[in-house]
Amino acid sequence: MTSTTRTDPTPPSPFQYAPAPESRSIVDIAPSYGLFVDGEFVDGTGEAFKSVNPATEEVLTEVAAGSEADVDRAVKAARRAFTRVWGPLRPADRGKYLFRIARILQERAREFAVLESLDNGKPIRESRDVDVPLAAAHFFYHAGWADKLDWAGLGPGPRPLGVAGQVIPWNFPLLMLAWKVAPAMATGNTVVLKPAETTPLTALLFAEVCRQADLPPGVVNIVTGAGDTGRAVVEHDDVDKVAFTGSTEVGRSIARAVAGTRKKLTLELGGKAANIVFDDAPIDQAVEGIVQGIFFNQGHVCCAGSRLLVQESVHDEVVASLQRRIGTLRIGDPLDKNTDIGAINSAEQLARIRELSEVGEAEGASRWQPACDLPARGYWFPPTVFTDVSPAHRIARDEIFGPVLSVLTFRTPDEAVAKANNTTYGLSAGIWTEKGSRILKIADQLRAGVVWANTFNKFDPTSPFGGYKQSGYGREGGRHGLAAYLKGAAE
Amino acid sequence: MSDRLAVRKTYKLYVNGAFPRSESGRSYEVTDAKGHFLANAAWASRKDARDAVVAARGAFAKWSGATAYNRGQVLYRVAEVMEGRAPQFTEEVAAGEGLSTSRARAAVDAAIDRWVWYAGWTDKLAAVLGGANPVAGPYFDFSLPEPTGVVAVLAPQQSSLLGLASVLAPVLAGGNTAVVVTSRERPLPAVTLGEVLATSDVPAGVVNLLTGDAAELGPWLAEHADVDAIDLTGAPVRLRLELERSAAGTVKRVVRAPETEPDWAADPGLSRLTPFLETKTVWHPMGV
Amino acid sequence: MIGMTNLLDPHAPATSPRTVDEPPAPYGDVTRSDAAFRAFLHGLPGVDQVGAEARTTVLASRSIKTTAKAWAIDTAISMVDLTTLEGADTPGTVRSLAAKARRPDPGDATCPQVAAVCVYGDLAGVAREALAGTGIHVAAVATAFPSGRASREVKLADVKDAVANGADEIDMVIDRGAFLTGRYLDVYEEVVAVREACGDAHLKVILETGELVTLDNVRRASWLAMLAGADFVKTSTGKVSPAATLPVCLVMLEAVRDFRAATGRQIGVKPAGGIRTTKDAVRHLVLVHETAGPDWLSPDWFRFGASSLLNDLLLQRQKLRTGHYSGPDHVTVD
Repeated sequence: MTSTTRTDPTPPSPFQYAPAPESRSIVDIAPSYGLFVDGEFVDGTGEAFKSVNPATEEVLTEVAAGSEADVDRAVKAARRAFTRVWGPLRPADRGKYLFRIARILQERAREFAVLESLDNGKPIRESRDVDVPLAAAHFFYHAGWADKLDWAGLGPGPRPLGVAGQVIPWNFPLLMLAWKVAPAMATGNTVVLKPAETTPLTALLFAEVCRQADLPPGVVNIVTGAGDTGRAVVEHDDVDKVAFTGSTEVGRSIARAVAGTRKKLTLELGGKAANIVFDDAPIDQAVEGIVQGIFFNQGHVCCAGSRLLVQESVHDEVVASLQRRIGTLRIGDPLDKNTDIGAINSAEQLARIRELSEVGEAEGASRWQPACDLPARGYWFPPTVFTDVSPAHRIARDEIFGPVLSVLTFRTPDEAVAKANNTTYGLSAGIWTEKGSRILKIADQLRAGVVWANTFNKFDPTSPFGGYKQSGYGREGGRHGLAAYLKGAAE
Repeated sequence: MSDRLAVRKTYKLYVNGAFPRSESGRSYEVTDAKGHFLANAAWASRKDARDAVVAARGAFAKWSGATAYNRGQVLYRVAEVMEGRAPQFTEEVAAGEGLSTSRARAAVDAAIDRWVWYAGWTDKLAAVLGGANPVAGPYFDFSLPEPTGVVAVLAPQQSSLLGLASVLAPVLAGGNTAVVVTSRERPLPAVTLGEVLATSDVPAGVVNLLTGDAAELGPWLAEHADVDAIDLTGAPVRLRLELERSAAGTVKRVVRAPETEPDWAADPGLSRLTPFLETKTVWHPMGV
Repeated sequence: MIGMTNLLDPHAPATSPRTVDEPPAPYGDVTRSDAAFRAFLHGLPGVDQVGAEARTTVLASRSIKTTAKAWAIDTAISMVDLTTLEGADTPGTVRSLAAKARRPDPGDATCPQVAAVCVYGDLAGVAREALAGTGIHVAAVATAFPSGRASREVKLADVKDAVANGADEIDMVIDRGAFLTGRYLDVYEEVVAVREACGDAHLKVILETGELVTLDNVRRASWLAMLAGADFVKTSTGKVSPAATLPVCLVMLEAVRDFRAATGRQIGVKPAGGIRTTKDAVRHLVLVHETAGPDWLSPDWFRFGASSLLNDLLLQRQKLRTGHYSGPDHVTVD
């Protein structure tokens, strides 16, 4: 059975945007990379793996996989750096190193943006305007905290935990690194970070930035690899703190792994956010917000607004506007400055998106996709809207982590809240209405860590981010985020 | 000894504002520190725990939705009623913990004072733990603490009232509802606390007290999908690892057990409030 | 309002019961009373300013290069309402402007001509004569431009005079005072009256968005003008700052898009004032393309009210053709 509908191809516009590719000559990708341990690039002892450009399936480079022994070396280096250098360092000087890193990230912004888009598949517009500037902002923000922790309201004399083991996902490789590394460093911890298997390159470029900043060896160590490497980081006895961003499934196993240890744990996991549109919403901005909510970064966003809850009285209007708007999205070469939607990060993820979309159809929802040409090579999935979705459908419950929106309806505010909260996740939610008192009431009732009212997918280093329920615990960003890396802290 | 035949109390559970026996019909002997028989207490079963979770979930919306001022007043009322029952608590603490009357009374006083301390926190938490976030854009962005939800508390095994108050009051002050497994050997102050709670404006279901064995009930609560957080303070040492692992299955917030029971008289700071609080951040554009 | 004298304009022909043209279906009844019209305009979806600005910021970051840029520059030139609205205007300056309109780049015959020349009504005849046979329209500002503070009779006389002088496009201003005090039906009625006075001339309705201030007002005023029979909605007189901005243009483009979807009638949009560079113009074309759609990408449906913009477009055009940067001496002074 297929209920797929596509809009009729419209006659070609007279205004055809010529290709506007960002030059990739600014990045210099080596044929192979080692691990970054104790301030040096070293060979890994695990089996090297390839990093692929998901837009073309071109192999970009070969990257070392960290074995348990490699992770052990990295943790030892981090421990040494913690005890001998970073711990005793004057807090103001710690801050200065972070300021330096922030500045270097800004200076090398274009290089990072291009490399991120190559390795991840995300549009250069996003890596250039969101990922990289926000990453720099995170370092700049946390730099200022380094010598002000006594005033963070986390109790008297907060102290660092020691060595932080951090495992980050592939959807925002550099930004997630910044979310993890900046607060850890600012609070006086040292770091062993494992980037995602499919997107290790900006983390390795960040290692170069650490050297450029003359950061003492061992403060930041980067160990590339897959799940086994991550497990070795999480399970290492001399790690005091584990921070993970990724799937709820892996998050559970990490929580199991650190059970019974002294390790402090923060988890930022999956989501299935409701984006609630009331009939008095600013419709054009709501449509933008829906698009931004689910198609930003190809929907590879844990806080994506993947469930659109629209009031029945405006359902048809909103869906029609949404479809028209989606028709203007530009899909293709991530390095083209006019691209809105890039490549799916991996063949594996593409398979999952396809599978869940097929389940959606099989369960009776109606699939809509705009007419669009997808590149012949690489991993691609068109922006997709499912209507006639019921709360029991898997596409209304499972995190798809792709550009797939499920549209459900409600009639009253109570029903909207009940449906929005009817999930095991609780990371984020959206509310669209022009009525201020309704915003505050609904925001109060939603069981989600971040509520965007009349906006969506906004991030800032000063603003705590993190989930309720099975979306994880702990916060990243803001004053609250510091608590995750401090001993004796109130949170 | 007078001629009058004493009216003995029947010790029951406190679930959803009522005092049921264990659905299992089980009870167990409670003795004093010297091993003399004190009472038969209800021996809660997994089904009692299940009912208690349902009650706690049902009470959550109202309790968490009450104004902070109201929660503070209700908790203060609890302290007032505790004060009136101080002699009874003292007797029970003295018997159960083997303390002199004066030391038992000191523990009771400390427990009541601890409760008052938390009653005063309800309407300060948002100001102390929340705030406005100066984001780089035209948005008003603020963060507020909110209760985590239903909290399972494995209460301390040793400190039967001060310890209990120290772990329960912060859960309630934050707006959570609680399912408490009391000290197995020393449950009587908890039973009396249940009577206090029942007569002091605490809505039914906000606190549910199960006398019985944390080793038996802990695993059910740790695995329960509708429990949001678990405090392992009173968990048996041999089960702590397993309980934390079980809790991971639904990404529960876990407060690990200290190796030995802490000095409950010490200032707890915010250490028992924040583990059961979530931070909610709300963004809104600023435009005309 | 039945039978009442218009206090602000006692000479207005608004005598007993209102007899104004009905708006197109399905909006035939929305002007039946002040209350109904107010309810309708205030029932339009609100505009979140921050969201609208964020949208235009993203669209402004579109990178329009090479062939797309060449197309955009020529299209923009063909959409220019080459404008002079100075007290010092003379028949000579208007003739000079008309010559530029016909042949923007004297050194390049392939350069398109502009859409219209826009002048005060008394000079419309000069422009008409100078542009005879070119297909270039003569637009005249009228209705006590730019303030609109005159009696209804004077405004209508102004319009009729401009049309009689040869203007085939009339750029009127709405009564912002009436709009801002909520007398929407008065404003509507005046647009209808001007529409009638225009005869066959096209009517562009200037909202003066810089005085309406909020994007909610821009949306309401756009709808008011469209319902009253405007052929174009235009942002500004150019005499008030801010004039044309991308968010304002976005909201107006959304309005014409929605209006066509509802009524089948297509209305044009004209940002005017403050658009000085090729980059500004291209950003507006991107906005048109991705908001109202390709159907609006023609001088029939989108115009730029501008003067200095044309020279920048010509400089950029020369750069694209020759491959090197040009200079101000290679374009004509107006």
